[in-house]
Amino acid sequence: MKTAKQYTEEQQGYRLHVLPTNKYKTVSIVVKWKAPLEKETITRRALLPSIMEKATENFPSARKLQGALEDLYGTALSADASKKGENHVITFRMEVVNDRYLKDEDSILKKALHILNDVLFHPKSEGEGFSASVFKREKETLAQRIRSIKDDKMSYANTRLLDHMCEDEAYGVHAQGHLEDLEPLTNEELYSYYKNMLQKDELDVYITGDVSQEEMIPLFNEYFVRHAAEPAPATTVSDMQVEEPREIIEREEMSQGKLHIGFRTHTFFGEEDYYALQVFNGIFGGFPSSKLFMNVREKHSLAYYAASRFESHKGLMFVFSGIDPADYDQAKTIILDQKKAIEDGDFTNEDVEEAKQQIIHQLKETMEHPYGLIEILYHQQLSGRQIEASELFERLEKVSREDVVRIAKKIELDTVYFLTSLEKGDA
Amino acid sequence: MKTQEFHQINETIHEEKMDNGLQVFLLSKPEMVKTYGIFTTDYGSIDQTFTPLGEDKEVTVPEGIAHFLEHKLFEKEDRDVFQDFTKLGASANAFTSFTKTAYLFSATSHVYENVRTLVDFVQDPYFSEQSVEKEKGIISQEIRMYDDQPDWRGFFGTIGSLYHKHPVKIDIAGTVDSIQHITKDDLYTCYETFYHPSNMVLFIAGNFEPEQMMDFIRENQQRKEFPEAPEINRRFPREPVSAFKSEEAIEMAVSTPKAYVGLKEQVDGLSGEEILHNELLSDMLLDHYFSTSGKFYDELYQSGLVDDSFHFETEWEREFGFTILGGDSRKPDAFLKRLKKMLLSIKEEKISAEDFEKMKRKKIGEFMRALNSLEFIANQYTHYHMLGVNLFNVLPEIESLKKEDMEEFIENWIQESQMTTFQVKPKE
Repeated sequence: MKTAKQYTEEQQGYRLHVLPTNKYKTVSIVVKWKAPLEKETITRRALLPSIMEKATENFPSARKLQGALEDLYGTALSADASKKGENHVITFRMEVVNDRYLKDEDSILKKALHILNDVLFHPKSEGEGFSASVFKREKETLAQRIRSIKDDKMSYANTRLLDHMCEDEAYGVHAQGHLEDLEPLTNEELYSYYKNMLQKDELDVYITGDVSQEEMIPLFNEYFVRHAAEPAPATTVSDMQVEEPREIIEREEMSQGKLHIGFRTHTFFGEEDYYALQVFNGIFGGFPSSKLFMNVREKHSLAYYAASRFESHKGLMFVFSGIDPADYDQAKTIILDQKKAIEDGDFTNEDVEEAKQQIIHQLKETMEHPYGLIEILYHQQLSGRQIEASELFERLEKVSREDVVRIAKKIELDTVYFLTSLEKGDA
Repeated sequence: MKTQEFHQINETIHEEKMDNGLQVFLLSKPEMVKTYGIFTTDYGSIDQTFTPLGEDKEVTVPEGIAHFLEHKLFEKEDRDVFQDFTKLGASANAFTSFTKTAYLFSATSHVYENVRTLVDFVQDPYFSEQSVEKEKGIISQEIRMYDDQPDWRGFFGTIGSLYHKHPVKIDIAGTVDSIQHITKDDLYTCYETFYHPSNMVLFIAGNFEPEQMMDFIRENQQRKEFPEAPEINRRFPREPVSAFKSEEAIEMAVSTPKAYVGLKEQVDGLSGEEILHNELLSDMLLDHYFSTSGKFYDELYQSGLVDDSFHFETEWEREFGFTILGGDSRKPDAFLKRLKKMLLSIKEEKISAEDFEKMKRKKIGEFMRALNSLEFIANQYTHYHMLGVNLFNVLPEIESLKKEDMEEFIENWIQESQMTTFQVKPKE
């Protein structure tokens, strides 16, 4: 296993991470802006990336900006916003064909960085706001996106589960923003928030591909200048104890019921127990060989999917499954029984070893993808601990049967949420 | 074993046709940690009417059977094959499309054992009445999951109103009703006909030594026996050139209406090369007008007729071809009217030489980015091979395209009679 070589440089106002590799025919750049997760700012932060990627000073419309990227052999640029624990992260990704595979003479990377700089630091502005037409159109688009969450039943059920489960926590806010905050938002308010973000957000920049640290540092010094940031206070994550598990049933017009169950793991990225949590999840519902898949699907034919995943920075775990509305009680019982079975030690040493191998395989596979590797390194950056891949695997290997049982008992059921079809007579 | 080098992209393909007819391709990438393998049969949801191997009477099998078979191959008398891969630290999956069924794994260790597991499980079926019955519950939930997805319903609804009778119009997984009729014997009939090695392609890409891997696969195949297999006789209904319906709509519980235009492409009599040629040109053309930098998209977006859910795709196969454009729209009628008009006006538009070079550059960049992915290479190499084309010749093919090729393509492109519109309307 080759571990990723990472050169991290504290540049003026940001950290530059260079990851040289010869595996790809492209160079990928990822820019991450981080701030604390707050209801007050989330809607603004959800709207910002789509405005920034639409028009800049030098490329004043989406067509002109995209046209310029296309001229660079269809360089891909995308932006999104997401929750990472109780942080909010705005991400810009750019992928450029490596110059050496092209018959062109000019450096495409240089030109691409120039565009990226424009997108991040020089959006098209009018007075103390963004371009009025871009602002208006993107605000409408975001409102539309928020209203459409309901149309995708799986993500709607996820959102509703969190609404109930994290009602009083920062994590309960919606990554795509809230309509009631979007409607009154003015262009000037957003622009002033953008200026604030430039000043205060923590900024990390990653670059990977067939590049060297010696070439990249001067290049970024030229195209990527930021005035020193005021460091934001470190965020502390709230970890709630469950008083009494809740059960919530909501109804919509649909044919399949979505059973989503939320747990508290009280375990966070970078902690000792985190490795055992990963193994627990592997035995419980992380893979097609896990208990949830084998019992809910293969043994009882109740579902096409039944799986679990966890949120590393907030200490949550979720189970999700799509079932016939009539099978709710049976499916819920089977799912909760699988957790109980692990608490009772009802699994083999072989299950533990297999789960470890699956997790290691998954990690290696993720690390081989340019954006995947960067995500893993950024997770570590967030947790404040850099761990070599080899050490990561060693710690996983050390997880014992007893550790898994202990974690199973540590994980608390918080909320059973069922989004199901209307009752007869409802429609 | 034959070796073919592609200098411009710095890739080498090793290939061999086994004595039993199985086509094997290897792409050795020692710099990668991962190995990806995909075992594909030229058999998908549209292959419903055919003459079974060793018989002389044609049969028509229930809708959704190719997908059902895909599920059932994972189950053996004593175990689930997912667990075999788990024991080897690998992950496995499978998919069924209109024209193919594919089984795949990804591994970062035990490469040879994983290749053997993949090949052996696909070549050793075990179907029982009991396990067939059990699967009906699982697949019913899979179908219901898709039934609740408005995008999926919009996509398949559009195809359904493009085609009069071609089986591309039926859902890949079938319906909750149609799968109830599937029996163990049906599965064996389909399996024996379509899973013969001569109808299949194995592609392994990643970290291994190619000579050794080819020997390994050859030895594995030589140990197994298969009957002689003549070419498969599949039959498809004759499909008119025109669209089945000019418009159609369904109602669903959605917050925003969805609207699509479907185009029925003509593939009759086209060679593999011509299919690739047309697919590239149609993709570049749609991209030119309807991507974020396109003038038609810009107009639709600025006038509020669509939002960023708008997308398009074009699919060209031996037996059918279609293009679908659409997304969420709060003014679906106005949007569809405008979009149809735009598509029909493309014949009058002029593409400058400069624009065409730009279109080519974008396509080249897109292709090069895709080559980062072992999955893309293996899946697409197999896809193009089944059409009789080499994936790595796509790059020179794009480079050689001329403005005149595009003009000729546009000239012969769709008529209004080949179009349909489809809406997913919110329930009152």
